Amino acid sequence: MTSLDKLDQPGTLDRQVLPDRRTALLWDMLRVRLFEERCVELYSATKIRGFLHVAIGEEAVTAGVMANLRAEDAVVSTYREHGHALSRGVPMDAVMAEMYGKATGCSRGRGGSMHLFDTSRRFYGGNAIVGGGLPVAIGLALADALRGRRTVTACFFGDGAYAEGEFHECANLAALWQLPVLFVCENNLYAMGTALGRHQAETDLALRASSYGMPAWAVDGMDVEEVEEAARHATDQIRDGHGPVFLELRTYRFRAHSMYDPERYRDKAEVAAWRERDPIDLEVRRLREEGLLDETGLAAMREEIQVEVGQACTAAEAAPLEPVEDLTRFVYSEEVRP
Amino acid sequence: MTTTLTRTTYREAMREAIRDALHRDERVFLMGEDVGRYGGCFAVSLGLLEEFGPERVRDTPLSESAFVGAGIGAAVAGMRPIVEIMTVNFSLLALDQILNNAATFLHMSGGQVAVPLVIRMTTGAGRQLAAQHSHSLEGWYAHIPGLKVLAPATLEDARGMLWTALEDPDPVLIFEHGSLYNMEGELAPDAGPVDIATAAVRRPGSDVSVIAYGGTLRTALDAAAQLAGDGIDAEVIDLRTLRPLDDAALVASVRRTHRAVIVDEGWRSGSLSAEITARLVEQCFYELDAPVARVCSAEVPMPYAQHLEQAALPSVAGVVDAIRSVVGERA
Repeated sequence: MTSLDKLDQPGTLDRQVLPDRRTALLWDMLRVRLFEERCVELYSATKIRGFLHVAIGEEAVTAGVMANLRAEDAVVSTYREHGHALSRGVPMDAVMAEMYGKATGCSRGRGGSMHLFDTSRRFYGGNAIVGGGLPVAIGLALADALRGRRTVTACFFGDGAYAEGEFHECANLAALWQLPVLFVCENNLYAMGTALGRHQAETDLALRASSYGMPAWAVDGMDVEEVEEAARHATDQIRDGHGPVFLELRTYRFRAHSMYDPERYRDKAEVAAWRERDPIDLEVRRLREEGLLDETGLAAMREEIQVEVGQACTAAEAAPLEPVEDLTRFVYSEEVRP
Repeated sequence: MTTTLTRTTYREAMREAIRDALHRDERVFLMGEDVGRYGGCFAVSLGLLEEFGPERVRDTPLSESAFVGAGIGAAVAGMRPIVEIMTVNFSLLALDQILNNAATFLHMSGGQVAVPLVIRMTTGAGRQLAAQHSHSLEGWYAHIPGLKVLAPATLEDARGMLWTALEDPDPVLIFEHGSLYNMEGELAPDAGPVDIATAAVRRPGSDVSVIAYGGTLRTALDAAAQLAGDGIDAEVIDLRTLRPLDDAALVASVRRTHRAVIVDEGWRSGSLSAEITARLVEQCFYELDAPVARVCSAEVPMPYAQHLEQAALPSVAGVVDAIRSVVGERA
């Protein structure tokens, strides 16, 4: 991990992470991977439509950050958020049903892949306006702070959002008001098809973020244990009332931006090189070398997840559609809230 | 009512509404550019920082998108923020948050994420502030499902709409016409919340329905007063709420008068006045004795020079002419 603010530098990687915690991180990554691989198949089978943005390759970010969030914390996410939702605890059935546009979907079929919501888990959406979730995260954190809650609001966004004014407005505001915000910048090196160096004058995103007066760390986003540790230090610090922290997770998207993307903007060799650093393979290797996981254990894990994915698909297939008569529901509230 | 009326201004009525809300509900806070130390760029919030402290009267950086979005997030998390934007032109810097988040969250989340946020902003021309501080874009906001849009034109509404808006579970935008802040009048000391769902007849009449709101209400009333001497009895309707429109009140009035003139400071093309015209045609076409007439702003960016600005705005003379044109052959 590269720290750009030595005073706040987390210690070196704590290798005493409990085996079950590390296995849980692997399980979480694998679950997201297998879910998304199935989504790609379902897209080709026209069961899922609209835009589908998978985060295959970026699972370490999701798993490592979410492992440090508590029930009372809040999450704001992007349009590439299936993993965030699943790791946050949104039931896979509800996520899959939403992909199918069914009434049992977590947004009742009105959001789709890009707009997964679950307020019972303080999961405030996939936001499909790049950078658009950041101001909302500021407000969630502000409200929690005003109410004296010691929570963290984690806001996921990509390197593309870094070019949006909203990011800079929010970085400033969070630091100015010392809000409990965890900025989770998933730097996968491409804003859709535009490489980082082609859209940022300064490509060291953590360095620039530190100029707002908040700790900002660049982390290997392909190593779930490094992500987990950085996020742990960050959330501890935020909970202790020291204001926002910015994490730049250096990661890579193995698949196309969306199902429409012919990937003319990057070399296959580059993708292949990053695949060598697959976060799941990395963690499997590590756990195997330490004797914490064997082939049987891994196969059992895969099987268990595939069963869950299969059941989610079966349930989504069978689920009812929202009645068309309900088209205009939820434009305005149906009852006055207290 | 036996209470003595108090002399006040629109600005003070609005301030009293904010103060009252801050007293009533600890979830309420005011946030915006220069609302605290400066006292509000139109002095609406003068003294509130001293009374309620910086937690509840929050000065923000000039980051419209961030602080409007922060209002959305805070509302989602259970607070009742009042976000002030200096002018409607500046609100365009936060349009992403207002349209893509505040107006969509409830629907996009399948009914889970309500946004009980109130956004106040100044609108309108008449103060020689030229083309980036003077436009009337409330009609644009009235286009958006998920929002409610209010235009208080009287002291009672300046005093009373805010609390009702704060009690509403969905995002409400309040447009305060800049020329109204110094408007003086009488207000009952116990004036309080008013409904935000209905239009109001501000002057009953039988010959023509003059439909106005916000900054154009005074213009419409003055035109009606002028024509009364000529035997033309104009009814003046104050829309009050621009979304949802109170169709029933408009149609009921036009069914009585059979004529309509709409006075809207927005540009004519694709405007609120166009929408009202369409609804009248759809709902009471056969009751109309004359084509619906409209008095809108000239289709130019608002100029600075006083004579040009005045020429661009709906005027009493313009409304008088429009009324005469639709009642012309009546006698």
